[in-house]
Amino acid sequence: MRNAMRVRCAVGAAAIAMAAAACGGGSDTSGSGGVVRASWGDPQNPLEPADTNEVQGGKVLDMVFRGLKKYNPKTAAAENMVAQSITSTDSQNFDIKLKPGWTFSNGEPVTADSFINAWNYDALLKNAQVNAPFFSYIDGYDKVHPDASGAKSSAQTLSGLTKVSDTEFTVRLNQKFSLFPDTLGYSAFYPLPKAFFSNHAAWLAKPIGNGPYEISSYTKGTGMNLVKWDGYKGPDPAVNKGVDLRVYTDSNTAYTDLQAGNLDLVDDVPAAQLRNVKGDLGNRYINEPAGIIQTLAFPLYNPRWSSAKAAELRQGLSMAINRPQITRQIFQNTRTPATDWTSPVLGAAGGFKAGLCNTECSFDPARAKQLIQQAGGLPGGSITISYNADTGSHKEWVDAVCNSINNALGNNKACVGAPVGTFADFRNKITNKQMANTFRAGWQMDYPLIQDFLQPQYFTGASSNDSHYSNPNFDKLVNQANAESSPAAAVRAYQDAERQLVQDMPAIPLWYQNGSAGYSANLSNVTLNPFSVPVYNEIKVA
Amino acid sequence: MGRYVIRRLLQMIPVFIGSTFLIFFMVYALGDPVAALFGDRAPDPATAAQIRRDLHLNDSLGEQYLIYMRNIFTGDFGTAFNGQAVTSLMGSAFPVTIRLTLVAVVFEVVIGIALGVVTGLRRGRPVDTGVLLLTLVVISVPTFVTGYVLQYIFGVRLRWTAPSVSPSAPVGELLLPGLVLALVSLAYVTRLTRTSIAENTRADYVRTAVAKGLPQRRVIVRHLLRNSLIPVVTFIGTDIGALMGGAIVTERIFNIHGVGFQLYQGILRNNAPTVVGFVTILVLVFLIANLLVDLLYAVLDPRIRYA
Amino acid sequence: MPDAQDPLEPVDPHQAVAPAGGYGGGFDLAAADAQILEGPAGRAQDGGPLAKPRSLWSDAWHDLRRNPIFIVSALIILFLLFIVIWPQAITTQDPLKANLAMSQAGPSAGHPFGFDNQGRDVYTRVVYGARASVSVGLCATIGVVLAGSALGALAGYFGGWWDAVLSRISDIFFGIPVILGGLVFLSVVTNSTIWPVVGFMVLLGWPQVARIARGSVITARQNDYVLAARALGAGDSRLLLRHIAPNAVAPVIVVGTIALGTYIALEATLSYLGVGLRPPTVSWGIDISDASNQIRNAPHMLLWPAGALSLTVLAFIMLGDAVRDALDPKLR
Repeated sequence: MRNAMRVRCAVGAAAIAMAAAACGGGSDTSGSGGVVRASWGDPQNPLEPADTNEVQGGKVLDMVFRGLKKYNPKTAAAENMVAQSITSTDSQNFDIKLKPGWTFSNGEPVTADSFINAWNYDALLKNAQVNAPFFSYIDGYDKVHPDASGAKSSAQTLSGLTKVSDTEFTVRLNQKFSLFPDTLGYSAFYPLPKAFFSNHAAWLAKPIGNGPYEISSYTKGTGMNLVKWDGYKGPDPAVNKGVDLRVYTDSNTAYTDLQAGNLDLVDDVPAAQLRNVKGDLGNRYINEPAGIIQTLAFPLYNPRWSSAKAAELRQGLSMAINRPQITRQIFQNTRTPATDWTSPVLGAAGGFKAGLCNTECSFDPARAKQLIQQAGGLPGGSITISYNADTGSHKEWVDAVCNSINNALGNNKACVGAPVGTFADFRNKITNKQMANTFRAGWQMDYPLIQDFLQPQYFTGASSNDSHYSNPNFDKLVNQANAESSPAAAVRAYQDAERQLVQDMPAIPLWYQNGSAGYSANLSNVTLNPFSVPVYNEIKVA
Repeated sequence: MGRYVIRRLLQMIPVFIGSTFLIFFMVYALGDPVAALFGDRAPDPATAAQIRRDLHLNDSLGEQYLIYMRNIFTGDFGTAFNGQAVTSLMGSAFPVTIRLTLVAVVFEVVIGIALGVVTGLRRGRPVDTGVLLLTLVVISVPTFVTGYVLQYIFGVRLRWTAPSVSPSAPVGELLLPGLVLALVSLAYVTRLTRTSIAENTRADYVRTAVAKGLPQRRVIVRHLLRNSLIPVVTFIGTDIGALMGGAIVTERIFNIHGVGFQLYQGILRNNAPTVVGFVTILVLVFLIANLLVDLLYAVLDPRIRYA
Repeated sequence: MPDAQDPLEPVDPHQAVAPAGGYGGGFDLAAADAQILEGPAGRAQDGGPLAKPRSLWSDAWHDLRRNPIFIVSALIILFLLFIVIWPQAITTQDPLKANLAMSQAGPSAGHPFGFDNQGRDVYTRVVYGARASVSVGLCATIGVVLAGSALGALAGYFGGWWDAVLSRISDIFFGIPVILGGLVFLSVVTNSTIWPVVGFMVLLGWPQVARIARGSVITARQNDYVLAARALGAGDSRLLLRHIAPNAVAPVIVVGTIALGTYIALEATLSYLGVGLRPPTVSWGIDISDASNQIRNAPHMLLWPAGALSLTVLAFIMLGDAVRDALDPKLR
C-alpha cells in the first residue's frame, strides 16, 4: 500500500549528455567517520508508529523501534524479538510473554503496559491514526473505534487486551486469525514509552524508542541524524556508528550526489538511471525482490465491467500484455513478470506460487484478441488506464502496456493512458467509486503474509478492495484459511482462494517490484529487506 | 510621490483579501485531501470524519475562509499536511528562496543586460547570431536537462561544487542553481535589451550625444542604456515573484527545500493553509516589486511623474 | 531613410542583411514585385503628391515585404502550417505505432531519427507533433498578446483608477501558481479540443504582457509628438492606435515571440499533470519531456523535437524582428 506514496523523481529526472562513460565510481574518499550517509524522503505524517503508513517514515521507525516480532531481513520469517513467546490454543486467544531486560533508550523498561497503552492509543478514534484498522481484529475495537462517520467512541480501551504481569499480557480477537502473531512485526504494533503520552510534542520532535539507534537530531524537511544506541541489548545491534538521513526531493539528485561521493547510500535508483547504474556502480548496485506487486484494477461496480462476459474480457486484456518485454525494456529487469497475486519474498512456504496464474497471465496476442472479441470487444470500443501523475513514474509503463494491448488488437487507439493530476484526486475517485475504466493499483505488503496480499484487496468490503470485487467462494476460503490452526494449512486454503482470482480476474497481475539501491565504496554488507528498505544496522562503514 | 506610494500600499489590502479568497477557493476546488492520507487503503469512515472535523473541512467554504482569516490575525497560518506549522515552513523556505532569487536576478541584470547591449549594438554580427542560437537552446531544452547537465559537469566530473545544495544554502552553493533558474529569463532580458538598444540608437538624443563628441562608453551607459531599460526593468519586476514561486524544477534538481517545493507539495496534498500562506506572500512580493518598478520608471525617464 | 547604419558603429557590410538592414532602395527586385502587386495606383516611394498618404501600418507592410528576414521566416512558418494541416504529406507512418523491441534504437533505414523509449518512430512523431504544438503555441501567444497589450495599454494610457484596478488584478493573477491553476481550471473540462488549454494559458499569461505594454505606453505617451497630436485635438483611440502603439509594440513582440516557445513547453507540463491535451495527443512538448528522462541514454530522443521547437521559435523571433523594424518610425 505504501508503495504509491513513495516520493520518486517525477516528470523530469535525469540527464547528462556527456557520459555514457561511467563516472569514476570508486573514488569516494571523504571520510564519513563510520556513519552511513543515506538518502531519505520527508515522512508524510508525524512519526507516530500507528500514523506512519509509508516507507520513509517506516524506515526510521524500524531503526528506532523493536516490536514483539521482527521480520528476518533475508527470509521474511517473523521471529520473536521483544516477545519471549506468543501462544494460542484456539487461534483467537493469544498469550504474549515478553523477554526481560528490554528498555527504551531513555532507560524506561519495556513492559506489557508499553504495548497495551500504545495499542489503546493507536486504536482510539480521537487520535485519528491512519493505521488504526490494524487493531480491528482485537476484541473491543468497534467500541473504541466505531466505523460509522461521525460516531463517538463508547470505550477508551480495547477490551481484548489484558495485562497479566509486567512481562505478560493476553490478546483476545473477535474472530479466529491463526496468522495474527506474524502480523506483530509491523510498525503499527510497536511499544511506546511513557514520554510519548506525558510530553507528546517533545516526543514527536525527537521520538524515543527501544531499537538499535537513537535519534540525535531531527530537522523536519531536511534530515535526521541517528546514532548507535550503546545501551541496546537486542540481538541485532548496529555495526556502524550511526546513520545520517538526508531528505532529497528527487531521487535523481541523490543518485548524482552518490556519484559525486557526497552520499553513501541511495535506496531508490531513479528510473532514468536504470540503464546506467551497472556502468556507474558496478557491483555496488542491488536489485532484489521486494514485497510489492503492481496490478491493473477494474471498477467492477461499473456496468462496463460487471457483465457476465467481463471476466473473459479482463483475461483477454491480461494476455495482451507482453510482461517480459516491458519489464526488460522499460524497467531494466527491476520488475519480474507476475504469475500470481502475491510476491516471491513470501517464499513457497509462505504462499508464493509461480505460475498459479499461468495461461491467463502469459502473453498470447492472438488468443487475447479472440477472447476480447468473444466478450463483445472493449466496452465502448476503447479503454483508458488511469494513474496519478504526481508520484512515481507511471506514465512510461502505462503507455507501454497500452501499446502492447493496441498491438495485440491491431488498433492504435484501443487503449490510452489517463493521468490524474494528484494522488489525492486519484484516491478520491477510487474511494468514491467514480472510476469508469482500468486503473493502476500497487500493493506493498505490511507484513510478509499471503493473507496481507489477498484479504485487504479482494475480500468483500475490505479496506483496499478498490475493484469492489466480491465472490462468496473467495470470502469463504479466506475465512477458512484464517481459522486454520496450522500456518501450512492456512497457506493452502489461501492459495485455493487465489485460484478463484484467476477465473474472475478482478485485477490483472503485472509484475513484482524489486527493491533497488546503490552504495559507495565506503560501505559493505549492504542488503535490502523484503520491504525494500536497507538493513541499516548491518551496514559496515570502511 | 509620497502620497502615490501610500496609495499604492493601501491598495495591498483589497489585493490581500482578494488573493487569499481566490487561492483558498481554488484549493477548496481541488477536493478532499483526506483520502490521500491513507495511501492505497480506503480511509475508514470514522477516522476520516475525525480528521475532517479537526480541519474544519465539513464547514462551508465561507466559514472555512473566515476561520482561516481569523487565525491569520492571531499569527496562526495553520498546519501543513505533515503536522508542521506553515509559519515554520515559511521560515525555512523563504530565506533560501530569496537568496536563490537574488542570485538569479543578479545574473539576469548583469549577463542579460550586457549581452543585450552587445547584441543590440552589433545586430547581424556573429555575436548576435551566437546569442540568438543560445536563446533558442535555452527555450527548447527543458530546464531539468540543462540543470542536470550542468550539475553533472560541475558536480560529478569536475567536482568544483557539490551537486546538491546543503540545508544552510550559502550563496556560494547557489551560484549554479541561480544560473539555471535565470536561464529562461535571461533570454527575455537579453532580447528586450537588444531591441530597446537597437531602437534607441537611432533616437535624436543619442545622435546629439554622439555628435557632441561624448565618449562612446558614456553615451551607451548614460543615454542609450538608461532610456532602454524601462521594458527590461518591467520584465524583471514581474519575474522576481515568478522566480520565487516557480523554481520547482531548479529546486528539485539541486535539492533545495524552498518556496517552489513547499508550494508544490501543498498543492498536491490539497493543503489550503500551506498554499494560501505561501501564495499570499508571493502576491505581496509582486505588489512591492511592481511598485518599485513604477518608481524606477520616474528615475529612468524624468518625464514620467506620479502625483 | 536617413541611414542604415548603427550610429555608434562604423559602416559594416553585414548591415545589408541584418534585421534592421538597409532596405531603402537596396532590394529592387522585391520593390518591383511589390509595385506590380500593388497595381497601377502606383505608390510613389515616399508618398508623392499624387498618392494618398499611407498609414503607418501600410507603410510597415510595404517595408516588410522587402525584408529578406521576413521572407525567410514567413517561408518557415508556411512550411510549419503545411505540416500542421497535412502531416501525411511527408510521412507515411503512424506516430502511435510502437514496437517496444526497438526502444531507444538509433537511426536506421526508414527511420532517419531513430526510435523513442516506447519504440515509436521519432521522425513521424516530430512531424505529427507540429499540429498540437504549433497550434497551441500560436493561439496562446496571440491571445496573450491581444489581451495583455489591450489591458496594459488601457492601464498605461489612462492611468488613475484604470491603472489601479487593472494592475492590482494582474498582481493577483501573477500569484496563482500554474500547477494549481491547471489542476483547478482544466481538470473540470471534458472538451477534447485545444481551446481549454489555450484559454488557460491566456488567463495566466496576460498579466506579464500587460505589465510590459503598460510600461511602454507610459513612456511613449510622454513623447513630444504624442503631446503635439493631443494638442491638435486627436482623440484617445487615435492617439493610442496611431501614435503610441507603434512606439510601444517592440517589447511586446519580443516577449510574445519567446513566450511562444515557453507555451509549447508548458503544454507538456499540463499534459503530465493530466490536465493538458487529451492522450494520445502527439506533441513536441510531451516528447521533449519524455526524452529528458533518457538524456544519458538516448540524446537523439531530445534532439529532434527540441530542434523542431527551436526552428519554430527562431522563425517567430525573426518575424518579430522584421515587424518591429517595419513599425519603427525612426527608421523612416
